[in-house]
Amino acid sequence: MEPDEDLGLIADEIYANGDENTQRHRPIISSEQLDVEAYAALYSGRTKIMRLHFIADRCGNASMQLEALRMAYDEIKKGENTQLFREVVQKIDGRLGTNYGPDPAWADSVDRRADLRKEKLESELNAYRTNLIKESIRMGYNDFGDFYYAHGQLGEAFKNYVRTRDYCTTAKHIIHMCLNAILVSIEMGQFTHVTSYVSKAEQSQDALDAITVAKLRCAAGLAHLEAKKYKLAARKFLEVGPELGNNYTEVIAPQDVATYGGLCALASFDRAELKSKVIDNINFRNFLELVPEIRELIHDFYTSHYASCLEYLGNLKANLLLDIHLHDHVETLYDQIRSKALIQYTHPFVSVDLNMMANAFKTSVAGLEKELEALITDNQIQARIDSHNKILYARHADQRNATFQKVLQTGKEFDRDVRSMLLRANLLKHDYIARTSRKH
Amino acid sequence: MNLNMNSMESVVAQIQGLSSNSSDITQLHNFLKQSEELLHSDFSRLLSSLAELDPSIHSLGFLYILEACISFPVAKEHVSELLVSVARFINSCSAEQIQLAPNKFISVCKKFKDHIFGLETPIRGVAPMLTAIRKLQSSSEQLTTLHADFLLLCILAKCYKTGFSVLEDDIYECDQPREFFLYCYYGGMVCIGQKQFRKALELLHNVVTAPMSTLNAIAVEAYKKYILVSLIHLGQFSTSFPKYTSSVAQRNLKNFSQPYLELSNSYGTGRISELETFVQTNKEKFESDNNLGLVMQVVSSMYKRNIQRLTQTYLTLSLQDIANTVQLRGPKQAEMHVLQMIEDGEIYATINQKDGMVRFLEDPEQYKTCGMIEHIDSSIKRLMVVSKKLTSMDELMSCDPMYLGKVGRERQRFDFDDFDSVPQKFTV
Repeated sequence: MEPDEDLGLIADEIYANGDENTQRHRPIISSEQLDVEAYAALYSGRTKIMRLHFIADRCGNASMQLEALRMAYDEIKKGENTQLFREVVQKIDGRLGTNYGPDPAWADSVDRRADLRKEKLESELNAYRTNLIKESIRMGYNDFGDFYYAHGQLGEAFKNYVRTRDYCTTAKHIIHMCLNAILVSIEMGQFTHVTSYVSKAEQSQDALDAITVAKLRCAAGLAHLEAKKYKLAARKFLEVGPELGNNYTEVIAPQDVATYGGLCALASFDRAELKSKVIDNINFRNFLELVPEIRELIHDFYTSHYASCLEYLGNLKANLLLDIHLHDHVETLYDQIRSKALIQYTHPFVSVDLNMMANAFKTSVAGLEKELEALITDNQIQARIDSHNKILYARHADQRNATFQKVLQTGKEFDRDVRSMLLRANLLKHDYIARTSRKH
Repeated sequence: MNLNMNSMESVVAQIQGLSSNSSDITQLHNFLKQSEELLHSDFSRLLSSLAELDPSIHSLGFLYILEACISFPVAKEHVSELLVSVARFINSCSAEQIQLAPNKFISVCKKFKDHIFGLETPIRGVAPMLTAIRKLQSSSEQLTTLHADFLLLCILAKCYKTGFSVLEDDIYECDQPREFFLYCYYGGMVCIGQKQFRKALELLHNVVTAPMSTLNAIAVEAYKKYILVSLIHLGQFSTSFPKYTSSVAQRNLKNFSQPYLELSNSYGTGRISELETFVQTNKEKFESDNNLGLVMQVVSSMYKRNIQRLTQTYLTLSLQDIANTVQLRGPKQAEMHVLQMIEDGEIYATINQKDGMVRFLEDPEQYKTCGMIEHIDSSIKRLMVVSKKLTSMDELMSCDPMYLGKVGRERQRFDFDDFDSVPQKFTV
């Protein structure tokens, strides 16, 4: 082969770096629109209703909204939460026909039953308390917590679950209490409680089974996610064991673990960590199999097929924005992933042709220049842009000059600081003398 | 005392007789102290007796009579005449003699300054006051009461350069907090006038962080200027105070300078249009503080800052792009700005006028020249002097009985147990 031709081929390959996926991959068609029914089937309990609610509020698409509301309505009917019921009915506003109207008979009967049950629980609890049987009191409070939770009074439920703490006799009880408290706190959005109860539960190591450990990891991951500590969140999600299965559907589905963990890891891990903790992580691979888009985009990111990676991200975005936990963080995570990709792309090169790079990222040269400028200003990329020839040159900091500069600067600062220190000391001294002499 | 009877004539005679050597002068000083009352009672003969004395030989006596003379109310037409004689006295008097009666000398100078303000001719006072300071100082590290007045005269007369020459001395000794505040504040203004922002920042910093038990207006004004100068010189302003700042200042200063803090926030965004609208809407506030000029300098410094930022990110950039990103009106104006900055040594770049490109270069300083090594060497020497001073001050302080007394009292209050427990352990 002629050397010139050879070079040309390589150049072509570099040039194609990114958009070759058209031949290489069979594109995984991510559903344009979220399949609400399939999505809802992943969850159970209150979170299912809340997620449907959230989708209905955010999707901005009438048919999808009605679909979500219809399923929420059906789900609520199975439970006893009349307040949520009224809210959903109001949102449906008669658009789903008579079957989905305000069912006063049902609501009244539920409320009546609830009152009766509450009275019964109260009298039971009182009896237990007079008898001072620890275990029964604990059960009583627990029942109260369950009752309030079922009726949507989360604050009360939380209080009652926490009260059981004084009556816990075994480590199992404590873990039970913690899990209940975590569940309610997540529903309330009080993630500081979640963190503290997770750590409380983790203290009693011996009584933890694999499923509980997985649950606690998920809860801790969620708490870190809410606190915008993406790296910690990623670590927690990556530690979730395969035992999780469908055991924690009242909070999180295994698909979510893959999504949250994958995105957080992409945004916060460096290449080595990504390889060792995500790609080579057998546990997590099982989760990733559930969400092939995330798996593919992580692999694309790692193998530097940024265009296809970003394309996957773009496709997923609409659905992620409908996620009750992730929606606030999508933009930040995406921005971080994009900057990471840009940094990684430029890292090995001494000079980069901006035209090629723009092509790899499917963006315009001008737009790319702006992005790079922001990253350079932030000192995330050590390089300078030759705007005339559209080339990015890596910049090798001159250690010697930098040291000289730094030394001189430090000297100046020291000089200034010491002088003002001496001055202040003198002032203080005189002030002190003035005050004592006045006293005498 | 019978001397009193002979009144002015005898005073003058005494002065003439007792001005030759140091023991005579001490005697004269005591005599003058006693006859002060006499001097202050009779204005008519004072001026005539001044004519009989030579200010360079009879400095002390001359000072006493002059002080008496200047403390009487003077008619407007005589003021000028009086000022001339004061100026002559300051120029020719002997430093040794006047240092015996610093308070008299200061009071003469203060009156002198007041009269000059009355005549609204500050420039007349600049040179005599500078001489007065030099004669009054026992060392160049001492802050005299006259420093602040002198700097104020310099500002009013716009003689920033003269004022700056005084500021180049490092001041360590000062006993009047008020004088110190004023000195630093006016000094800051003089430095701003000379565009010596680094020094100005240092002086204003001293005011803001000086120990104080109650907030004063000088500190508030200084803080406002501190914010502005910090923006001009450093391109940023950190709202947190160093931890040695007095708690009064930490608590209150920000409340008095809201518009300035908002200005620095707006500066931080890097958008020039935003900054300009903010300045426009708050124009009256800045104007009433007499800071509008500085605020305008802040605005123009932003262009420079933005261009400097470009040098960090670009190797070449067209003038048009510079104009767009920095929000200048066109490539012509961008070229002017870049050219100006190259000339001032603020950036290193070459302009290619043919295709309108600017090529940014690295700092050519290689830290290899003899000059640079000398510079570093002198810096090291200076720092060694400074740090020696610090050590000696520390030693002095730890031997100061008053300081030890205070510290001891506080220790006892807080660590009473520590004091007792140690000997007990050993006796067991």
